[in-house]
Order: sequence, then C-alpha cells, then structure tokens
Amino acid sequence: MNPYLLGPLVVSGITAFLALLIALTDRVVNNYGTVVIDINKGKKRFEVKGGAPLLGTLASQKIFVPSACGGRGSCGACKCKVTSEVGPVLPTELPYLSKEELADGTRLACQIKLKKDIAIEVPEELFSVKRFEATVSSIRDLTYDIKEVTYTLEDPAEIEFVPGQYVQIVVPPYGDLDEEVQRAYSMSSKPGDKGKVELLIRLVPGGIATTWVHKHLKQGQKARLVGPFGEFRVHDTGATMLCVAGGSGMAPFWSMLRHMEAENAHPDKDVWYFFGARSLKDMFYLDELSALEKRMPRFHFVPALSEPAPEDKWTGETGLITDVLDRFIKERIPKEKGFEGYLCGSPGMINACIAVMTNNGVAEKDIFFDKFA
Amino acid sequence: MDFEFFTMNPIALFFASIFTSNILLSNFLGMCSFISVSKDYKSSFGLGLAVTVVMTITAAVSWVVLYYVIVPLGLEYLSFIVFIIVIAAVVQILEMVIDRASPALYMSLGIFLPLITVNCAILGAILFMQIRQYAFIESVVFAAGSGLGWWLAIMLLAAIRGRIENNPVPSGLKGAGITMITIGFMAMGFIGFSGMIAVQ
Repeated sequence: MNPYLLGPLVVSGITAFLALLIALTDRVVNNYGTVVIDINKGKKRFEVKGGAPLLGTLASQKIFVPSACGGRGSCGACKCKVTSEVGPVLPTELPYLSKEELADGTRLACQIKLKKDIAIEVPEELFSVKRFEATVSSIRDLTYDIKEVTYTLEDPAEIEFVPGQYVQIVVPPYGDLDEEVQRAYSMSSKPGDKGKVELLIRLVPGGIATTWVHKHLKQGQKARLVGPFGEFRVHDTGATMLCVAGGSGMAPFWSMLRHMEAENAHPDKDVWYFFGARSLKDMFYLDELSALEKRMPRFHFVPALSEPAPEDKWTGETGLITDVLDRFIKERIPKEKGFEGYLCGSPGMINACIAVMTNNGVAEKDIFFDKFA
Repeated sequence: MDFEFFTMNPIALFFASIFTSNILLSNFLGMCSFISVSKDYKSSFGLGLAVTVVMTITAAVSWVVLYYVIVPLGLEYLSFIVFIIVIAAVVQILEMVIDRASPALYMSLGIFLPLITVNCAILGAILFMQIRQYAFIESVVFAAGSGLGWWLAIMLLAAIRGRIENNPVPSGLKGAGITMITIGFMAMGFIGFSGMIAVQ
C-alpha cells in the first residue's frame, strides 16, 4: 500500500477508534438518567436529565439563581442550600463559603453535578426571577462617569419588583472577554413603570460590565436582563428612614422615593436622604430631588459636598457624609419615631455609616445595606 | 553503554526507575508542573498520584498500539503522534470513569488529570519504553516505577520548599531561583546511587 496513504489512514483510524471509545464511555459513564430536583421541600419538582451542573439545569427550568461569572466558579454568587447528600464540598467552592455556610449545606450551584436526585432550598423570590429580552431605549450622562441607562422590556414585557431590588445585566463577549458574564445593578425605576428598567451605572476603570456599558452599549441595541433579585427594601414600620448613598448608590433610593410618592406607600414613614459627593460635578438629580422634597413633606433631602470646588458656589452642607449624618441625627432629625438605616455604596462607606448610626443608638438589626462587591 | 536492561530483573528495573534513574531528576522531564505545583504539599500529592496512574495505564495501552499496529505496519515514524493521541484519550476516559466511580478520588486526583495530558514525563516514559524496546511487563514496571519516582521527587521538593518558606533566602534567589538550586542538589543526590543499578 502507498506509504503516503497508509500513515494518515492509520493515524486517523486510531484517532477515530479512541474517539469512539471516549464517546461510548461518555454514554455509559456519564449517563445519569433523569434525576429529580426538589426545591423548597416539594414547592417545585422537576424531572431533568442528569449529568449537567445544577446552575444551568435550574436555568433551563426557568429558575434563575444569581450568577455573575456564568458558572465558572469564579464569583461565588450562585449559593444555594442543598439538603440531600451530594458528596463533599469541592476545593473550587471552599474559597466562597463561610464556616456557617459549610455547616448548613450551602453550596455553589455551578459546581454541583447532577448525578442523583437532589433536594435544595432557594429563596422563594427566585421563582419570580425571569430572563428579559430588552432594548436600550436611552443612555444619558448624569455626571462625567455615571450614566442612566433605560431598557424597554420586550419579552416578557413587564417586570414586577420591590424598590431596592436589583437585576443582572448580561454582558456579551467583547474585547478580551470571551464569555458572557453577568453583573448586578440596582433598579432606579419605580415598580409602577412596569415596562422599563432604569439603571445608574458608574464607570469603574477596568470593570468588565461598566466599561461595556460606557464604551460599547448604544441606544437601540438589544440587551438581556435577569431579575429581580435582592432583599434590600423598605421595611414596613413607622421608623424614620436614614438613607445614605453617594454616586450610583442612589439607584435603589431613587426607586423607593418615587414609588413612595406615586403610590403613597409607607405613609407613616419620614425619609431623610443623605447624598454625599466630592464636588458639584459628582452630583446629579439635584433638581429632581429638590422638587420631590417640595411635593412630599415627609421627605428631606440633604446633599453634602466634602471638597466643594470654588466655582461650585456651594451653599449646602459640607464635610464628609458621615459627619453630616452624625450632626443631623444629633441635632436636626426628630427622634420620636425611632430610626432605620438604609445604606448603598462601597463597603468602606457602609461600614463608616454603620458606625455613626450605632453610636447614635440605632440598633444594628435596623440597619439595612446593599454593598457594592 | 551496553543494553543490560533486557536481561534486567523487573524488580531491579522498578527500583532503578524510582531512585537511581528517576525520570524527573535524571532526565528532567515534567519540570513545568514539578516546579509550579510543588509550592503546595497537598496538590503535589494529588498530581504525583495522577502522574503515576496515567503513566502506568498509558504505557500499557501504548505498548499494545505500538507492537500490534505501528510496528507491523512499519509506521514507527508516526509513533510520536500516536502516543500523544493515546495519552489524551486515556486521560479523558480516566477522568470520566473516576468522576463517576469515586467523587472523593476525583477531588484529590481528577482535577489534575487535564494537566497531565501535556506532562512531558508521560510521553518521555513511553518514548523510553519504545527506544529501549521493553517487553510488556518491563514497560508497565518501568512506567509505574517512573511514576512513583516522579511522585517521590515532587513530594520531597514540596517538603523542602515548605521549609525554605520559613527561612531567609537572598532576595535575588527567591522563588524559582532557589527552587532550581534545590532541584539540582536533589538530582545529585539521586544520581549518586546510579552506580548500583543503572537504567540508561
């Protein structure tokens, strides 16, 4: 036989044989049949094909567990409690689980391979999480580094959420990013506007999603959102709300405030909103918030600049937002109704505000926050 | 060098391939993972185990392919490519089987399997097997010994690096520098005994 033919033929033959062997092994070994997923003690049950990771299988059943990395085990967001036996915790999960979580069976959904029937517990609200196809209907510059992005929902066309909740935007591959990722942003639109979602997105240098939104996203472009998620919301008590946020941390409060006005929600609650920024160029929605303050007597707006520029001609509060907050709690805000803290921003800012509030007698259990990760 | 190993007792071959002709320290094969993984004792254990298992199995499979397909057809010039394909396939199958059979073992060994596909020590051992014309039993014994030798060497290096961590090292030598020097000393230590039994 022609040696030029024999060589390639033999190599191809061996390769094909081994590939067949792999395929057969895959069929036999990786065939886990159908497995049953039991969610929240029988609330929902699915019969699904085994062998795939839990996260993706749940998504195929329209249960969207939050995940930022798309199932690569690099974000640690897709935590869920597993109550049946699924084998030991993998080394890939360990960095993301605390001692308490390890003890109560919390695992990363993306790292669990479905090999047998499984019972899990997820927050009930995840049942209402959907994947939305949407169009970017406007992108507006609020400051030099914050954009207000409005999405018009198409399929499904409406979203039900509680002010303070967030959605995940799906960032498609671009530049050096070769896989789809998701990032969470609080909604600043009010629940009454069911057909749209507004987000405030600040450009973080080097940030995957923020760079994409600021440099690549265009009006009219199709986009995808997953949500709503999150526990951050107005609590139904009579206590006075002390809200603190700077920059894009305003998003959940902008939603809460407009919702309160539109629906007269939580009518007994007084609201104080402390908006901290460095100078006037970092401030936005000032006119809107001042107007809202006039229309809604129980709302008080306190903008404060820490380093006002001379050209700002600033006549409002100055100083670090924590100092302003401290001064107001001590001197200006009536104490009769009691206080609740609502914080949104960087971990450093939140921890500083918690310290100020607890020093002024606000119980730690009454302070709620949404930390930027 | 005369080819004494044809008459070599398999037990002597086994010990020679572990100690005196350690594939890592006398041939410097599999260095990349040796240096990078030896930072951590536990990972070294898993990787060493994986190398041993894969080396033994691939040597056996490659031997069969070599002497029942390649040699009869006179295609020795293709053996390189065929060995690589065999290694890749065996690693794939092994990974799937271990994942199914024992999740615990998969955790300690399975996560290293993809790394092994490109470990030159594996291909090296198989090529030695071909060049030295080992019989089937000799091949398996040699591969298992080489694997164990690789495992031993990486565990030793991991232990030594654990010690070095707590000692002052001149700043220019920190990291790779001192590791290479350490490996050099280890190699001398191992090769020092090659007069007793030699596999060349």
